[in-house]
Amino acid sequence: MPDYKAPVDDMLYLLNEVFNAEENVFSKIPQYNEVSNDLVQSVLEEAGRFCAGVLRPINISGDQEGAHFKDGKVTTPKGFKEAYASYTEGGWSSLAFSPEYEGQGLPRTLQVLVKEMISSANLSFGLFPGLTEGAAEAIEAHASEELKQKYLPNMVSGKWTGAMGLTEGSAGSDLSLVKTRAKPRDDGSYSISGSKIFISSGDHDLAENVIHLVLARLPEAPAGTKGISLFLCPKIFVNEDGSLGAPNTISVGTIEHKMGIHAQPTCVMNFDEAQGWLVGEPNRGLNAMFTMMNAARLLVGMQGLGIAEASYQTASAYAKDRLQGRAPGARETGSIIEHPDVRKQLLTMLGFIEAGRALAVYVALELDKEGFHPDAAVRARASSLVALLTPVIKAGLTDFGFETAVLGQQTLGGHGYIHEWGQEQFVRDARITQIYEGTNGIQSQDLVTRKLPLDGGKVVADFFGQIGNVIAEGKGVAEVLSLATQLEAALAGLQKITLRLQSGDLANPLEQNAAATAYLRAFTLVTFGWLWLRMALITVKKGAAATPHDKRKLLVGEFFAARMLPQVYGLFHEIEAGSTTLMALASAEF
Amino acid sequence: MTKILVPVKLVLDYNLKARVKSDKTGIDLTNVKLSINPFDEISVEEAVRLKEAGKATEIVVVSIGPAKAQDALRSGLAIGADRGILIETTEVVEPLNVAKILAKVVETEKPDLVFLGKQAIDDDSNQTGQSLAALLDWPQATFASTLVLEDGAVQVTREVDGGHQTLKLALPAVVTVDLRLNEPRYPTLPNIMKSKKKPIATQKIAEFGIDITPRLKVIEVHEPPTRKAGIKVKTAAELVDNLKKAGVL
Ligand SMILES: Cc1cc2nc3c(=O)[nH]c(=O)nc-3n(C[C@H](O)[C@H](O)[C@H](O)COP(=O)(O)OP(=O)(O)OC[C@H]3O[C@@H](n4cnc5c(N)ncnc54)[C@H](O)[C@@H]3O)c2cc1C
Repeated sequence: MPDYKAPVDDMLYLLNEVFNAEENVFSKIPQYNEVSNDLVQSVLEEAGRFCAGVLRPINISGDQEGAHFKDGKVTTPKGFKEAYASYTEGGWSSLAFSPEYEGQGLPRTLQVLVKEMISSANLSFGLFPGLTEGAAEAIEAHASEELKQKYLPNMVSGKWTGAMGLTEGSAGSDLSLVKTRAKPRDDGSYSISGSKIFISSGDHDLAENVIHLVLARLPEAPAGTKGISLFLCPKIFVNEDGSLGAPNTISVGTIEHKMGIHAQPTCVMNFDEAQGWLVGEPNRGLNAMFTMMNAARLLVGMQGLGIAEASYQTASAYAKDRLQGRAPGARETGSIIEHPDVRKQLLTMLGFIEAGRALAVYVALELDKEGFHPDAAVRARASSLVALLTPVIKAGLTDFGFETAVLGQQTLGGHGYIHEWGQEQFVRDARITQIYEGTNGIQSQDLVTRKLPLDGGKVVADFFGQIGNVIAEGKGVAEVLSLATQLEAALAGLQKITLRLQSGDLANPLEQNAAATAYLRAFTLVTFGWLWLRMALITVKKGAAATPHDKRKLLVGEFFAARMLPQVYGLFHEIEAGSTTLMALASAEF
Repeated sequence: MTKILVPVKLVLDYNLKARVKSDKTGIDLTNVKLSINPFDEISVEEAVRLKEAGKATEIVVVSIGPAKAQDALRSGLAIGADRGILIETTEVVEPLNVAKILAKVVETEKPDLVFLGKQAIDDDSNQTGQSLAALLDWPQATFASTLVLEDGAVQVTREVDGGHQTLKLALPAVVTVDLRLNEPRYPTLPNIMKSKKKPIATQKIAEFGIDITPRLKVIEVHEPPTRKAGIKVKTAAELVDNLKKAGVL
């Protein structure tokens, strides 16, 4: 089985040299005063060792064995229980949680990077702590003090896990269609009845309790999204003294047979007058979900990135080893890495991965500022930027992540199709990241119809302004002039389309819906170009002190500008074609 | 009241391939990952297990090397050692001189046990523990694969050619550890965070008054020669002939 080595060097490079995280962010936030470069390095190194040594070895076997469902009970594949126990004993589940609930209180940025490593090592495993974090965050933000005290410490420590019950058979992207009902009981709690599908980590044998957050309708709630409330339903009741009591009336209908993440149980959950407690205000359930959405979507973006990185590691090692064919001009059989087309595969992977990681760190640092920066103006600006870039991270990193996994499979030729190399599993596992937590189609709609209008268009204008500043700087530096010039043209095209979507000929629901996915991809590519330019500028500034890692940034940045960024022009053409050709064929004719 | 001193060394990470410097004077250590010597990780782990079992009271890690050698100390502290001592030098310190300095540290720290890795994976000398025991005139057990701490004594099973040998040493004693003694834990996140706050005392090597001038001269360091292509023989007789010529038969 191919090894995984966490890209700690690249992570530290981004934190220390590109974004100067300690000085610009952590030292400005009282909660993070103790977060030194040195601590960050140790945490990342040890997390990397843990992922490589504990999670990676059960990735392929977990895929092969899959989760089991027998007699109403779900069990996980061999080794998952032990790995989960070391994960929680190691304190990794509580990394970014507030010390108030026995968390470690480390920055989001570290959580995000550790999430990349976990996703590289074992995506199925990562969903257990991932869902717990999401549920715990929603509880922390919205639940009563009593519920928080009762449930949070054990969720933060990982002793109990969480699950998110949103989706139903007839309510997926459109949650206004949720049918599950909640009936008030005399004691102030509720009886929840209904069936939820596709519930990740809905049930399993890793922990003694599962805390379900469930969307349901109260009697006489208004129709649509404004009539949905959020409830907490434990699998096993928790007594006053914190001990576990009787089981709730929640059962697993079945687990799904699916394309990837086989070790992760995706459950049909039946709630049969299950006792639940309201989280937040009645009828404000979707709002409560949305507060944790940015973080959750950023983490799904990291899943796409993590798989891409893992696939790249195997592909690049394989390409250096595999002897096949003669490179142009060579007289003897050489490694396939000498073939230009194989290099294109690997460079395309890198062109995405290293810019994607830079984008993730940039947004994660903004998320840390949004959470805790003492200056309200800084918090507000960070919050807008996070909102704007969340769909870009979620859809951008998972679309490119999947494509990268396919390229990494292709590099191995036939062996890429064979299970034991792990490359085909990455393709299957990566695919879900484009679908759940809001499909990438829905993310694009979110970007175009909700995020571009933020603050009257000022938020996106501010972001493009940041890109423009770096271009202006780059145009004065000979070594990056070509990169800067190409990015300038791409940005100009994107700004033009943006205006048309905001207030021009494309500013109507039909055209916006038709343009959205192409627009999000073009937006992602220009954003990557900006980050490549920033990294290339650092290399130039370091001059003779530039390390091989720095020099590589300049070369991959040039590749990106020459061979990946120009995709935007095809996308612009596509958007300009408008909705006409999409709507011409009558629905009945499909 | 058992106190354990654990010397640790920062070496080229065991995952990496060593590259020789272009002037052939040694291994190139610029811009490469350095980590705690894996055998030293095992000795820290053993000490921490004894402490967790209530059999040891304090664990002190000590390293001799450049400022960066702190990283090896921090790794030991993250596993569970209590405090560190860094003896700073940018010079090469040969095993005998390391042992002499450690003997001085033992004088001031007064540990009951010193646990060392059986060797460091950079130069594989396998000398420091033995020299230290001799200088202190303490009993020693090398290549420990199991270790039981008793009242005033330690029982050690050693891996030796052809089997195992079990020794009982009166404390204070020196033990060097082998690969199979234990499997070091992954440090927990809270312990990594705590390790940053544990004290590390820094001393200059000159304070020890020991002449560290190397007694060995490195003439040249080079990569192992690449394997030469083999030859094909037609008959068994030819094979025997060739083996005789090569002096192996
Ligand atoms: C393995 C797995 C795990 C999951 N885990 C969870 C979980 O833990 N909790 C949970 O609640 N859910 C979970 N889900 C559900 C997942 O979030 C939904 O499947 C997803 O949101 C899409 O909903 P849907 O399947 O109903 O598709 P639909 O909403 O029916 O969408 C079908 C297609 O139509 C498109 N579409 C829909 N509306 C629009 C629009 N307005 N404009 C343009 N295009 C549109 C979509 O992009 C998609 O391509 C999981 C799903 C899977 C497969």
